[in-house]
Amino acid sequence: MIVAASWVQSTNFIDALYIAAFSLFIYGMSGLTGPRTAVRGNKIAAAGMAIAVVATLLHQGVWHGSSTPWLIVLGLVIGTAIGIPAALKVRMTAMPQMVAIFNGVGGGAVALIAWVEYRHHFGGDWSFKPELFEMFGAIVGSISFWGSNIAYGKLQEILPGRPIKLPGQSIVNLVLLVVAVASAVILLAGTHSQALFILGVLVAAAVLGNMVVLPIGGADMPVVISLLNAFTGLSAAATGVAIGNTAMIVAGMIVGASGTILTNLMAKAMNRSVPAIVAGGFGGAVAAPAGGDTDRGPVKSTSAQDVAIQLSYARQVVIAPGYGMAVAQAQHAVRELEKALETKGVEVKYAIHPVAGRMPGHMNVLLAEADVPYDLLKEMDDINPEFPRTDVTLVIGANDVTNPAAKNEPGSPIYGMPILEVDQSGAVVVLKRSMASGFAGIDNPLFYDEKTSLLFGDAKQSVGEITSEVQAL
Amino acid sequence: MGTVTEIAILVLAAFVGYEVISKVPNTLHTPLMSGTNAIHGIVLLGGLLLMAESSGVLEKVLLVIAVAFGTINVIGGFFVTDRMLGMFKRKEPPKGEEQSTEAGGRTAASEHGSGEPAEEAP
Repeated sequence: MIVAASWVQSTNFIDALYIAAFSLFIYGMSGLTGPRTAVRGNKIAAAGMAIAVVATLLHQGVWHGSSTPWLIVLGLVIGTAIGIPAALKVRMTAMPQMVAIFNGVGGGAVALIAWVEYRHHFGGDWSFKPELFEMFGAIVGSISFWGSNIAYGKLQEILPGRPIKLPGQSIVNLVLLVVAVASAVILLAGTHSQALFILGVLVAAAVLGNMVVLPIGGADMPVVISLLNAFTGLSAAATGVAIGNTAMIVAGMIVGASGTILTNLMAKAMNRSVPAIVAGGFGGAVAAPAGGDTDRGPVKSTSAQDVAIQLSYARQVVIAPGYGMAVAQAQHAVRELEKALETKGVEVKYAIHPVAGRMPGHMNVLLAEADVPYDLLKEMDDINPEFPRTDVTLVIGANDVTNPAAKNEPGSPIYGMPILEVDQSGAVVVLKRSMASGFAGIDNPLFYDEKTSLLFGDAKQSVGEITSEVQAL
Repeated sequence: MGTVTEIAILVLAAFVGYEVISKVPNTLHTPLMSGTNAIHGIVLLGGLLLMAESSGVLEKVLLVIAVAFGTINVIGGFFVTDRMLGMFKRKEPPKGEEQSTEAGGRTAASEHGSGEPAEEAP
């Protein structure tokens, strides 16, 4: 046994396993280029992770020769006991919260590891390189942990989703960032103080994480979640450099790249810059012009029966879903309506705006859960040319992403944001809970358009009523 | 390993990551995020490695939490991604409705993809 362990525990063998592991990560992630190969890609990446964990346990002293191997088992068991039920039970409507808390947990682990690393180098064994990357991991990991917790709280509606503004916020944030970076620099310069590390680096970054995410409104969540995802990835990569572990470096950078790409895509889809979103939500700036707006005229309200007739005699119907569909859990009802219309020979497509919902791809997952084939889901650039040929567009719980003010009103706060051009279709039916304006508090001229009619009520119930009316026709 | 080598790996991994992830379509962005959640669970390795040289109750408690956090990411992330990806289905080909020519030409491929989200043997 001891002889067998000797070559297995050699550095070369362990390094080879790490190389195999990160190759499998890259290969597995490249499977995500299409839904058909994605399931396998995910499994390949998981296999890579299993290899990486085994390789780590082979290091001398980690398992063999460890005085407390049961602590490792304890950590793994706790993690598994929380992770499996969470993964199996979570509803697809709650995926943004799940991803937010998972980002946070990863960032938290990085911050804790950085703390222990600091204690090891504290006093003796001083080396600039690991310390530098540790400090980066400590700051970014701590921001990510606390920021993600706030994002989770907002999405789970433990905290109010609207932007929470504090006076002098941007100055306070800047001060906190300076404190964290300055403390890290002082420590790197050779001052050994655990108190400074905890208070100056970890706590300052923690408060900063809270302060940055608190003022961000729900509609900006797709950007925030992506950004925190990038942060966690980069902090993991930094820890990898500090510890000298290739698998950690590669895995962390893949996540960092992914989060960065998504952040930019989401910000572009909102026509806003990432710094502007981080600096604060729509909220305050918008309230005044929206309040002082002239009366747009009456809205036309309709009934489920009328909508059913409208839809049944259409050639093409486009459904534009938004966060309201997720809140009402209406995705299964929508699928039933789609099937009822298809049996009447109506062609039904879905128009998916990149920032519809609370995270990238949120609508796609919800509709996939309701068995909607993914080839019916059309991206914004593909569906926009189709609206002039569309007889009826059904807007379900989407508001800002269909707001024509983004195209026509230079004074609008969302002017310039690419939208689903639903106002180009023959008729528009908007399913809405009430006349309250959207999350961003911006008035939507679409509702006052003469070809638009509104059906008030809970989206799930309304869609159900329309479906039974369609079936009865 | 030298610092330069590590930073070289870091930079190269950033480019590879950017190339690979750029090709992921919008449809799969949520599974991409939960999948990357699982992958940044790699910080688990850091917890395990430091455990070997840790001393004192505080360090051990911190590291057990770190290992538990990393494990939540790895296990939870891969499981939820698998569950989610199993829900993505194509329109069944037998219906023979107005399928696009592109989809029609790939009947074999779509049959393969439209079945149950069962395990595919590699």
